[in-house]
Amino acid sequence: MSAMHGTLVIVERAVDGVSRHSLEVIAYAQALGDPVRVLFPGIPDQAAADLLRAMQVEALLTCAELELCDAYDDDVYVEAIVACIAALNPRHVLLPHSYTARDRAPRLAARLRVSLVSDCIAIEHDAQGYSYIRQLFQGRTLARVRVAGEGPVVVTLQAGIGRAESVARGGAAPVTACVIEPLARTARAVAEAPFRESARNVDLTRARILVAVGRGIKSAENIALARRLADLLGAELAASRAVCDEGWLPIERQVGSSGQTVAPALYIALGISGAVQHLVGMKGADTIVAINKDASAPIFDVADYGIVGDLFEVVPALIQALENP
Amino acid sequence: MKIAVCIKQVASTNGPLQLDVGAGWLREADTTFEINAADSHALEAGLAIRDRLGGEVLVVSLGPDRVTAVLRDALAKGADRAIHVVQDDAHKLDPARVAEALAEVLRDEGRDLILCGLQSDDVGHGQTGALLAECLGWPLVGIVAALEVETPQKVRARRELEAGWSQWVELPPPCVLTIQSGINKPRYAGMKGMLAAKKKPISRVEPQLAGGMRNQQVIEQIYFPHRHKQTRLIEGAPADAAAQLVALLNLRGMQ
Repeated sequence: MSAMHGTLVIVERAVDGVSRHSLEVIAYAQALGDPVRVLFPGIPDQAAADLLRAMQVEALLTCAELELCDAYDDDVYVEAIVACIAALNPRHVLLPHSYTARDRAPRLAARLRVSLVSDCIAIEHDAQGYSYIRQLFQGRTLARVRVAGEGPVVVTLQAGIGRAESVARGGAAPVTACVIEPLARTARAVAEAPFRESARNVDLTRARILVAVGRGIKSAENIALARRLADLLGAELAASRAVCDEGWLPIERQVGSSGQTVAPALYIALGISGAVQHLVGMKGADTIVAINKDASAPIFDVADYGIVGDLFEVVPALIQALENP
Repeated sequence: MKIAVCIKQVASTNGPLQLDVGAGWLREADTTFEINAADSHALEAGLAIRDRLGGEVLVVSLGPDRVTAVLRDALAKGADRAIHVVQDDAHKLDPARVAEALAEVLRDEGRDLILCGLQSDDVGHGQTGALLAECLGWPLVGIVAALEVETPQKVRARRELEAGWSQWVELPPPCVLTIQSGINKPRYAGMKGMLAAKKKPISRVEPQLAGGMRNQQVIEQIYFPHRHKQTRLIEGAPADAAAQLVALLNLRGMQ
């Protein structure tokens, strides 16, 4: 087998070819400096192949065995990817830290008997080699992780790690088929077709201003306070996952990785601590205001303006200021 | 149905974090601990299935002696018995070793179903359940947001995908599921449960961690994030701060 070599990015499919998060990972991989190879889990259509080949990468790899596991067929997927990686022998295997990768990447690493460093926000290199930066305590601190021992390192990268638009292009990468032994198709989990819970009546992505509430709002009754502020500003109400889980607002108002991704002109976060799952859905807002009792809450890391205080004092004061100039 | 639920004790997510940056971990003596949020939903899911179909809920937690508190609480809520996997420096184990230790304990327990929280609120790897499935050679469904178990022979789980999409997956026991927060409303332990819990067994097991992994993760350093944005903190009494914010953002102009 050849020596460990370069970075292998395993992209994820999307309706329009390749997921945006995957493109972010390619952009990040290019910036790392090692030669980048891209593995498409199947046979890409012409548009996806053209898109990927035009990137500055060493090779675009395809795998016919993977073409058949479009559904949630992790047994086949994991088997096939393991076979591809064994043949390619990369130093790093990078994947987007998507919901699907959360199931697949650990199993992939386990079968390769190597570490998966999950949900990383950076990969760095110094005299001691590579290190991986991850968030601890829901983003309140960071950790520098080293991987001791040999073998490739599997890394999943958080959404927003790179800019999909900044992928270096102008390449004409050769397309190589990864030929692996045919796999026994003995998937144990049988998946039905994906669906969306309910028709969306609220399109938060079109709102110019969002007033978003988190667990700090404490009860369904207190939503009225946030609604009053939203009405005064002509804003839509949005919520963190915790609020929707409690049933205080419907799930169609949820912002974050499991809800909508928004980028309004103004985002006012009330009692939202700013878990990463929420931040990925709103950090693109032009102006972010955070009102929270806890000065160490990660929401203040992305806020332009912050008020450290009790929202039940600050919001009524805001309403007062807007009603009685 | 014979069910196991893996629960983790983590630093409380309410209130500021007490860190010893030099030691690379929490100042444990000053930290309040509680059950990891997603794990409490996993526990409720397990108890609800047992209440309907009969069987047994075994709860397992890995860590130092303090983790017996979450095991005792789970017993008070109705779990039948508990195993404490003793590991003093649990935070130094990488996810593969945690899964290996749990697999060692659970392999011979004859379980039909193992439930784990989706991820922990402290280190947040989100790997334990998936790696445990691999260690045992069982199928997995991750990020489960709804669950239908009508008979012990079949599990139907709705896994969450991104942006509001979902998918039902059917799989045969034995299997592992990782449970998303919000799937149910965890019950509280009543006085009767707390008294009953005192009589329920918590057994202690020391894992061997025989290994076989080619590499492993080590936290070299923890540090505070560099703020990407210069946050302008608005100070003063609420009325004063509110007035400043309205002026700074010209909020009246947006009305």
